[in-house]
Formats: sequence, C-alpha cells, structure tokens
Amino acid sequence: MAFVWFHKLGSPKYFYRLARRLTPWFGGVTVLLLVVGLYWGLVVAPPDYQQGESYRIIFVHVPAAWMSMFIWMFMAVSGVLVLVWRMKVAAALMRAAAPLGASFTLLALVTGSLWGKPMWGTFWVWDARLTSELVLLFLYLGFIALQSAIEERDAAGRAGGVLALVGVVNIPIIHYSVQWWNTLHQGPTITKLDAPSITLSMLLPLLVMAIAFMTHFATAVLKAARCDILAAESRSNWVREIADAENA
Amino acid sequence: MDWESFFAMGGYAVYVWPSYALALIVLTVNLVAPHRRERRLLRTIAVREQRRKRP
Repeated sequence: MAFVWFHKLGSPKYFYRLARRLTPWFGGVTVLLLVVGLYWGLVVAPPDYQQGESYRIIFVHVPAAWMSMFIWMFMAVSGVLVLVWRMKVAAALMRAAAPLGASFTLLALVTGSLWGKPMWGTFWVWDARLTSELVLLFLYLGFIALQSAIEERDAAGRAGGVLALVGVVNIPIIHYSVQWWNTLHQGPTITKLDAPSITLSMLLPLLVMAIAFMTHFATAVLKAARCDILAAESRSNWVREIADAENA
Repeated sequence: MDWESFFAMGGYAVYVWPSYALALIVLTVNLVAPHRRERRLLRTIAVREQRRKRP
C-alpha cells in the first residue's frame, strides 16, 4: 500500500492534481493562523521587561529564521530523492523551495538587523550566527543561479541535489553557532533540552506564527512546484488538456 | 485599545513596523509570483496548442 502511494506521488500528473486540490486549504489555514498570531503577538502578548515593545520583532524574526533552515533541509531530502530515485516531482519541489528559502533567509537577516540596532546598538556584526546565516543566503542564491545556468532539466536537478546535500553542513553550524562561539546573538531560548526560557504568553503566539509560516511554505512550494511541472511536461496530453480548459 | 500608543510601539515603531511590513511583503510575493507564472504558462501552452491544431 505504502509503495503504491509513493509511486503515485512520483507521477507529475497525479502530483499536479493533488497539489491543486491542497493549496487552497493550506492557504486558508495560513490566513487564519496569521490573523490569530499577529493579534496575539502584537496586541495580547505583554511587553518584555527589558526590551519593552521592541522584542515583538521576535514573532516574525524567529519563524523566518527557522524556515530558512528548514527549507534547506527540505531541499536536501528532495535532493536525495532526485539523486537516488530520479524523482521528477522531488526535483520540482526542490527547485520551487529555493527562492522561498532565500526570501525567508533575507527576512530573518533584515528583521534581525532591525532588532539588533535598538538592542545591540548596531545593525550588523560579523559574529558566527549572523555570518553563517548570510552564508545560507549565498547558498540559496548559488542554487538558484545553478538551476538557471544548466539548460537540461534532469542534469540541473542532479547538480542541485548535490549542492543541497553539500550545503546542509551549514545548518548545524547556524544552529550551534551560538554555543560553539561567543556571539553577540543570544543563545538558544526555545530549541534546547531544558524548558524554554521564554514565558508562555510570548511562546504561544510565537508558535502560532511559526506554524503559519510553515503552512505558508506548504502553500507556496506547492504552487511553485506546479509551475515547474507544467513547464517540464508542457508537451504531454494532460497538460494541454488543462491549458485548454483554463483558457477556453 | 489606544491606537496611538499601539502604533508608537513604546518608541520602537521604526524598527517593529518595517519588520512586519517586510514579512507581509515576503509572504505575499511568495504566493503571487507562482500564481501569475502558472496562469502565464497555461495561457502560453493553450495558444501553442491552438496554433498547432489550425491547418
């Protein structure tokens, strides 16, 4: 049974139809979670006793930073599927994820700067956390450039898979940078074995925003993968039928 | 709710609001870009098909 499911998902036609059905649901859940998360984070959550209202940047900064790392790992897993099983759908998802990952990395860096200026007194410092996150942005841009540089789709997919796998080494470096080196950036507050050192009234809206970013990614990556599949399969009958039906 | 103090963000408005504005821009672009690309792709494919079918 499980094997049939895996096999079906590997078919671009089946995947395209499934993605089309799923995206509105993920999109709807995202909007709902964003409304709740924004209201909770901006209005309900109390100000911080040290940072006042400035800490509210956390509700976009931390989810964006988490997504920036999660998306690269998503690409690395897709890369394995591309390299080992030559899965076209996995290649489409990997390519679709890259610009989204870049956007979240940029968002994490800029919101971090905007938080750093009032709290640290500087927009930027070359500490290990900030530098490794900047390296991640360059990895994403490198991946995107690589995809547009290679004409042949399957070759581009395999090269991208290798880059995604090699680049994954940067993810633990980002995560542990605040423990391995002395950084201006604070240590882990949530993702550690102890209880999180953040009060529940701030942690809960943060988690809502994090899930909202996650469902947003699901929506966006499915939408973008749909485009990749349409472009790759534009000569096949089922794509022509959909195009005809849409433009009748 | 006191709107004025809400928008002032305790004096940190110039840092907090641009962060949220950029976040909303990123989320919007991530969805609008593939949406438009898919419509454009389907239109291109349909036009190509019609040209092919015509004698």
